[in-house]
Amino acid sequence: MNLPFTRHTLANGLDVIVHEDHACPIAAVNLWYHVGSKNETPGRTGFAHLFEHLMFEGSQHYDHGYFQPLQGAGATLNGSTNADRTNYWEVVPANALELALWMESDRMGFLLPALTEAKFENQRAVYHWVTIGEPADLEAARLDDVQAFFQRYYHPRNASLSLAGDVDPDAALALARAYFEPIVPGEPVDPVTAEASLGREVRVLLEDRIELPRLYLCWHTPAMFAPGDADLDLAADFLANGKTSRLYRRLVFEERIAADVSASQNSRELAGFLQVTATAAPGHTLAELERVIGEEIERLADGGPTADEIERGRITAEAQFAFRLQTVGGFGGKSDQLNAYNVFTGNPGYFDKDLERYRGVTPSSLSDVMRRHLLTDRRVALSIVPAGRTDLALPGSIPAVVS
Amino acid sequence: MTLQAGVPVDRSRLPEPGPARLFRFPPIERSVLDSGLSVWSVTRPRSPVVTFLLLVRCGSAADPPGLEGLAATTADMLDEGSGALSAIGIHEALARIGAQFDTDIGSDAIAASVTSLGRVADRSLGLLADIVARPALADADFARVRELRQHRLTQLRGNPGAVADRLFLRTLYGAHPYGHAPGGGEASLAAMTGDDVRRFHARQIRPGASTLIAVGDCAHDRIVALARAAFAGWDGAAPDPAGPDALPPQPARLTIVPRAGAPQSELRIGEVGPPRDTPDYHALVAANMVLGGQFVSRVNLNLRERHGFTYGARTAFDFRRLPGPFSLQVSVQTDATIAAIREALGEIADVRGPRPIGPAELALGVAALTRGYARNFEAAEQIARAAMQLALFRLPDDYFEQFVPRIEQVTPEIATAAMARHVDPARLSTLVVGDADRFHDALPSLDLGPAVVLPPDSF
Repeated sequence: MNLPFTRHTLANGLDVIVHEDHACPIAAVNLWYHVGSKNETPGRTGFAHLFEHLMFEGSQHYDHGYFQPLQGAGATLNGSTNADRTNYWEVVPANALELALWMESDRMGFLLPALTEAKFENQRAVYHWVTIGEPADLEAARLDDVQAFFQRYYHPRNASLSLAGDVDPDAALALARAYFEPIVPGEPVDPVTAEASLGREVRVLLEDRIELPRLYLCWHTPAMFAPGDADLDLAADFLANGKTSRLYRRLVFEERIAADVSASQNSRELAGFLQVTATAAPGHTLAELERVIGEEIERLADGGPTADEIERGRITAEAQFAFRLQTVGGFGGKSDQLNAYNVFTGNPGYFDKDLERYRGVTPSSLSDVMRRHLLTDRRVALSIVPAGRTDLALPGSIPAVVS
Repeated sequence: MTLQAGVPVDRSRLPEPGPARLFRFPPIERSVLDSGLSVWSVTRPRSPVVTFLLLVRCGSAADPPGLEGLAATTADMLDEGSGALSAIGIHEALARIGAQFDTDIGSDAIAASVTSLGRVADRSLGLLADIVARPALADADFARVRELRQHRLTQLRGNPGAVADRLFLRTLYGAHPYGHAPGGGEASLAAMTGDDVRRFHARQIRPGASTLIAVGDCAHDRIVALARAAFAGWDGAAPDPAGPDALPPQPARLTIVPRAGAPQSELRIGEVGPPRDTPDYHALVAANMVLGGQFVSRVNLNLRERHGFTYGARTAFDFRRLPGPFSLQVSVQTDATIAAIREALGEIADVRGPRPIGPAELALGVAALTRGYARNFEAAEQIARAAMQLALFRLPDDYFEQFVPRIEQVTPEIATAAMARHVDPARLSTLVVGDADRFHDALPSLDLGPAVVLPPDSF
């Protein structure tokens, strides 16, 4: 992959990555904070996502909504929160780069002076119907709790700024320096450590207002970039990604007992999870699907993937990389990917090493990893069934309580 | 740039953007093969990715009455085998070159596309031709595909937004070709046969109605040669698309689709708007930004920010070959249903009443449309889909070049007048999917006449 970039670390610890691409007169600004729901503690959940909302509500020197000036300048903007990180981005016409940097830096350095009780109450109220975080925690949270959370995690030393597109690298870096370097860094954030394991199979059941029942099978798996992560990514593809996959062929194509099936290895910083999801066709139970899924996992683990599967998996991985890198900004574009590698591996140019992981997968390594991780008696099996149809769930499932 | 070394940045005001940098849509080269297939290419030096998109100017509006969903089912059947390749075999061949295949269907067109690494362009184009020009369309595959589509309809019955979309089209258009969603319904799917699909393909999916668009690091001559070889043997003109059908008389002002226990109400408010070739196109695009086309629009600021009824509300003109729907779409908390309808209707009516579009809000909408325009043309597939708009609606070559200046020429008076011409508050239809028992008694206060009650599974 040819993705030239420069990286500078400012005096306050903020990494600034710059990538030049003059194909379109636009510039991407992408800012990662290395904080996500993994940094929250029980009783204090939902804060990272709460900030994702508060960060659009104004800062000390521009105490109004952030959408208007940026959209008015022709920007698209958004943010997202997951377990590991929060990202904020703007894609602006190249002539509005400074505006985006002004605003991103103002909410990094000067958010709290503008965070009033009223604003906090308003965004907390919005939360009643956003599902991340426990509503009770957010109701119990006080303004000083969330201020402390901000001070701990939202500062230059815990962030990475990536600029990509129609920019002059020196000028872009000078702008980033001017706007961000005066921001006082907080204390370094210690990495979170946690062990995730499951000693048995957990079967849970949820009744909902749906037409067809759905089964979710989920296993703990290795963390992002850890040995086995790429093997399981490919294993998930061979099992249930698209029409060539083994489970699609059996469940949807041959036996026609499922309406759809999919699988993914969800790589996270502390641990991963592999999830297989299948929706039963009318008249079929989730136990029927579970039997076939179990058989196909066993067959792939025991017999290993075919040479054709391995080859397809490798070229698909390579092509997907190239497809993702066609845009400078947004979720998954070049600026986001550079930041992801920088935050998680310390090397924004990790592309080739990342791809190398996929090239290194062999039939025996994949079998081996599957046999170690995808155990029937170490998983969560969630059945979601139409209200009143618990007979369609896996036998022995315990009703789940959802707040 | 206003910065000077050692001088702190000015945080007393937001920096003004500098002069806009010029955007040019890349040139399109065009040829027509003997079969009638148009071949367009956009060359992007050094791009590692190539997209081929085949546009067929025929969509769900061509579904015969009683066989609604036929165009979509045919589109869905295209990749179910071709020649020696089985339904699975086609996808194995795509996967072996890392290609991504996609089909889309709308009321006026079917688009099939393949995106791959440029080094396998000849193979990806060959597969696209196998899929579109020479599909197997076998009965056994038809039975399975139809069954999956039926399951999908079943699932959508549980999705109030999908129910609202489907019934709203029916309310506005009745039996008109735009009166059904591309997926059709249970009864029309049950009536369909493999012969219907084969007949549809033979009649409608023809090179004379089609344009192949190639975007990548590939010279036009080479694309033409590849296309001539890949599509050899595919021939035929297609029937002209249907002319404008009569629209139904004024639909009911208020339609209720009961959904007991629903925590939110899905609202659709709108009417049949103008076609894509309306001379008011740019004025309406700009006006809609003010009304409900962006976060800071009147409708969203009212329903979301001021009243907190919803997570987001929007309006849109769905521009099609024939007059397409204008609609406001929002999902609101059940107890806010009546108030939200009143506010939404008020916002629409106010544009040509007491609150015509003002210069500041229009400037904001125009800026949002024009200043970031270039970002719509980054990836190969984005450029192919942009070029597809030119082919589908027969827009002039300089359409993208002219978009920004034409939007900038829209004044508040022009925008307001265009809205007044095409959106008549007295003709608006409102459809609600929700827990009707909880707001039924207050419906008369809306003054929309008697409510028509539709069961969720009608049509």
